[in-house]
Amino acid sequence: MAKPQAEMLKSPAPQEARAKASVAPQVEVAPEQLVYANVLLYGSWLGIALLLLTNIIYLTGLVKPYIEPAMLPQYWGMKASEFVRVANMPTGWGWFKMLGYSDFLNFIGMALLAALTIIGYLILLPAYLSKKDVPYTFIVLAEVVVLVLAASGVLAVGGH
Amino acid sequence: MLDWLAAFTGGGLAAKATAAVTTTGAAVSTAAGTPGIPWWVWPLLLFVTTFALGIVAVLGGVGGGVLFVPIVGSFFPFNLDFVRGAGLLVALAGALAAGPGLLKLNLANLRLALPVALIASTFSMVGAFIGLALPNDVVQTALGITIVLIAFLFVVSKNTEFPQVGGSDKLARFLKIGGTYYERSSGKTVDWSVWRTPQGFLLFIAIGIMAGMFGLGAGWANVPVLNLLMGAPLKVAVGTSKFLLSITDTSAAWVYLNQGAVLPVIAVPSIVGIMLGSFVGVRLLATAKPKAVKYLVIVLLLAAGLRSLLKGLGIWN
Repeated sequence: MAKPQAEMLKSPAPQEARAKASVAPQVEVAPEQLVYANVLLYGSWLGIALLLLTNIIYLTGLVKPYIEPAMLPQYWGMKASEFVRVANMPTGWGWFKMLGYSDFLNFIGMALLAALTIIGYLILLPAYLSKKDVPYTFIVLAEVVVLVLAASGVLAVGGH
Repeated sequence: MLDWLAAFTGGGLAAKATAAVTTTGAAVSTAAGTPGIPWWVWPLLLFVTTFALGIVAVLGGVGGGVLFVPIVGSFFPFNLDFVRGAGLLVALAGALAAGPGLLKLNLANLRLALPVALIASTFSMVGAFIGLALPNDVVQTALGITIVLIAFLFVVSKNTEFPQVGGSDKLARFLKIGGTYYERSSGKTVDWSVWRTPQGFLLFIAIGIMAGMFGLGAGWANVPVLNLLMGAPLKVAVGTSKFLLSITDTSAAWVYLNQGAVLPVIAVPSIVGIMLGSFVGVRLLATAKPKAVKYLVIVLLLAAGLRSLLKGLGIWN
C-alpha cells in the first residue's frame, strides 16, 4: 500500500533534535559527489568571471573584434544558419582559431561552463568503477559519450 | 600591443575574415530590424530586463530560462535562435552555480539524476537540432503554445512535499534509486524512494526534446514528474531538477555554440543580469508575498506565450 514518505522520517528524541538543528546535517555524501560539487563551484564562478572580463574587453574595444558591436543589429535578426553564412562565421570549434578577435574571446567562458559537466562525469567514473557499480558505470560512460559528441561539433544541422 | 593574438590566429585568416565582414556588411544592412536605435540600447535593456526576471524567477520559484526565452524572444529584435542559445546558457549558468550547494546537502541525488540526465541530455541534443532546423515561425508558434500550457500547469499543479509511494518498482530497485536528506525545518533525516520509474524516464524524452528545442531549461517539467509521478520528496525533486539542468542544458548548449547560434552580446548580459537579479531575489524572498508573485509569473508567461503565438502565426509581428 502506498505510504507517505513523511512517515519515513526518522524522528530523533527532542534533545537530539535540538542538537541536530544546530549542527551540520548528519547525512552521508559520497566523496566523489563532494569533488563534483567543488568542480562545479570553482568552475562555474571562473566561467562567469571570464565571461564578464572578455565581454568588457569586447565592448570597450581593447582588442579588435571580428564583428564590430555597432554592426550587430544587422545580424542579430537573422537565423543562425543565415548569420553563419552571411558573416562567414566559424562553426564547431572554428572559434578557437579566431581567439585573436575580442568577440570570440567570450567563447572561452561559455565553453568552460559547457565543459564542467563532462569534467564532473570523468570524476565520477573511477568512483563507480571501483565500487563495481555496473549500471552507473555504463550510465556515466554513455553520458560522457553523448556530451563529447555534442561538444565535438561533428553533428550538424541543415539550415532552413 | 596584442601581437601575440595576431600571431596566434594567423594574419592570413584574420585578413580574410575581416574582408568577408566588410564586403557582406552592405548585403546584410537590410536585415537591420531596429534602425535609428543605437546598438548598445538593446544589450542594456536586456540586462535590465533579465535583472528583473532574475528577481521574479526566484520569488516565483521558477527557473530563469522559462521566463527568459518567451519574453526576450517576443519583445526584443533578436532572432529566436540566438535567444534560445542564450536561454540555455542562462539556465546552465544558474544550474551550475546552484549545483554545489545541492550536491553537498544531498538535495540533488546522483542515483536519481544520472539515469534521468542521460535520457534528457540525449534528447535535448536532438531537440536542439530540430529547433535550429525548423523555420522560425514554426518554432515561435510551438513555443507560444508550450508557454501558455506551462502557465496553465502552474495554475493547476500542486506539488506534494512528501508524496505517496507504493513501493519501489523493479527499475528503481535495480538502479538503487533512493536516499536520505536532512530536513532542516523539522531537524529530522528523511529516507525516500521512487516508483513509476519507467513512466518517468519516458516522460524525460519529451522534456529533453522541449528543453533543447526551445532553450527553456526544464525545471517546470522536471519537478512535477520527479515529485508527482515518481514520488520523490519535493525538496529532492527541486534540488535534483536544478542539478539535472546543468547536464540537460549542456548537450543542447554545445549544439547551439557549435552551430553559431550564440551571440555573446545577447548571452553575456543575460547571464549576468539573471544571476544578479537572483541574488537580489533571494534577499527579497523573506518579505515577498508568494501568491502575488506566482500570479505575476503566470501573467508574464501568458502574455509572452500569447505574443509568441501571435508572432509565430504572423498576426502580430
